Amino acid sequence: MCLAIPGKVIEITGDKAVADFGGLKRKVDVSLIDQCKVSDYVLVHVGFAIQKIDEPTARETYRLLSEMDKEAMNEELRANHE
Amino acid sequence: MNEYVQKIEDLAKEMGEVRIMEVCGGHTNTIMRYGIREVLPSNIKLISGPGCPVCVTSQYDIDCMIELALSGVKVATYGDMINVPGTKMSLKDAQAQGADVKMIYSADQIIDEKDRVFFAVGFETTTPMTARLLQQGITVFCAHKLIPPAMRVLVQEMKIDGFIDPGHVSTIIGEDIWSELDIPAPQVISGFKPEQLIKATYVLLDLIKNKEKEVVNEYPEVVFSKGNPIATKIIEETMKVVDSEWRGMGTIPQSSLAPKDPKLDARIVYKDILKNVVSQENKECRCGEIVRGMIEPRDCKLFGQGCTPENPQGACMVSESEGACAIAFKYGKSLSE
Repeated sequence: MCLAIPGKVIEITGDKAVADFGGLKRKVDVSLIDQCKVSDYVLVHVGFAIQKIDEPTARETYRLLSEMDKEAMNEELRANHE
Repeated sequence: MNEYVQKIEDLAKEMGEVRIMEVCGGHTNTIMRYGIREVLPSNIKLISGPGCPVCVTSQYDIDCMIELALSGVKVATYGDMINVPGTKMSLKDAQAQGADVKMIYSADQIIDEKDRVFFAVGFETTTPMTARLLQQGITVFCAHKLIPPAMRVLVQEMKIDGFIDPGHVSTIIGEDIWSELDIPAPQVISGFKPEQLIKATYVLLDLIKNKEKEVVNEYPEVVFSKGNPIATKIIEETMKVVDSEWRGMGTIPQSSLAPKDPKLDARIVYKDILKNVVSQENKECRCGEIVRGMIEPRDCKLFGQGCTPENPQGACMVSESEGACAIAFKYGKSLSE
């Protein structure tokens, strides 16, 4: 339940953003991130971005998660359809 | 496989039995999935700790939520929680009897539902989202658990030579908290990849061998010294630290949070409904010992014999991503087939 998934912020309005997770777009609350911008990569847990990350880390983590724990990742992404 | 496996083997030759606890259920998942225990020398033991929020939530708290739901109060909670058996039934069973139980994946899904009680479970990673709900005036039955106080208890009651600290819990609370914990065992904060966990194990062994009690951050990409300051600030503003009962571990002082505003604390708001809740744990279920790392899932006679992920008798068999029994069932089964 402490799983967090990296996504790329593609739209942002105030605290509400849309992030791309390997082609799936989901709503993400970015109120816990200082100065979140479009194109930032963020680590998302239960619909909230908890930290910014760099792009290589994001890509590598996403690749690993998708082969390692697809079910848990899908569960995490089941919410907040954009 | 990995340069650190060789380094671990070399170090292990000079050491006796070493017991390392991984406290996070996400780490347990990687360790089991990639068979990391099997690649380690036989004197290096990885023990799974209480890192599954669903597993450590007390029977009483689950029964309270079922009682509220059956009394007509609308409730909501995260995924797996609704399948955990209470004394008489699970939240899912209550739902089947007509109770309004909403399973959510994000706190955002109930942010406008002021008439719904949120059953807040999870470790530090999940607490800022609860803080946001409290800021919006949502009533919360808070069963969050804090990891550092539990580690302090565990290290006193059993032999643990070092801890692999949870990654995303640390993203929220920061690296410094672990040093302040002041326990007689070194700690390494790790990410979730198999190679990160192997490296963390090596770094820990090196610290243990040199009798150092330091905290090493091996997940600096997302773990900073002070964590996420926006998150810790809203947690502090909306919640206070309180004692809490853990499944299998009894009451641990200062190991949970409660809403500061009594009008948003479901334990207070609904005390008349909750006063008659009586809980009884299944005597044959050994989840309590499993969350403390005292026994392995296979040591429980219910394991696979009436207790399976489809029909869990205990909390540890519920979460396939974090519950020690569900993980052992999943990978044990696939290994033997």
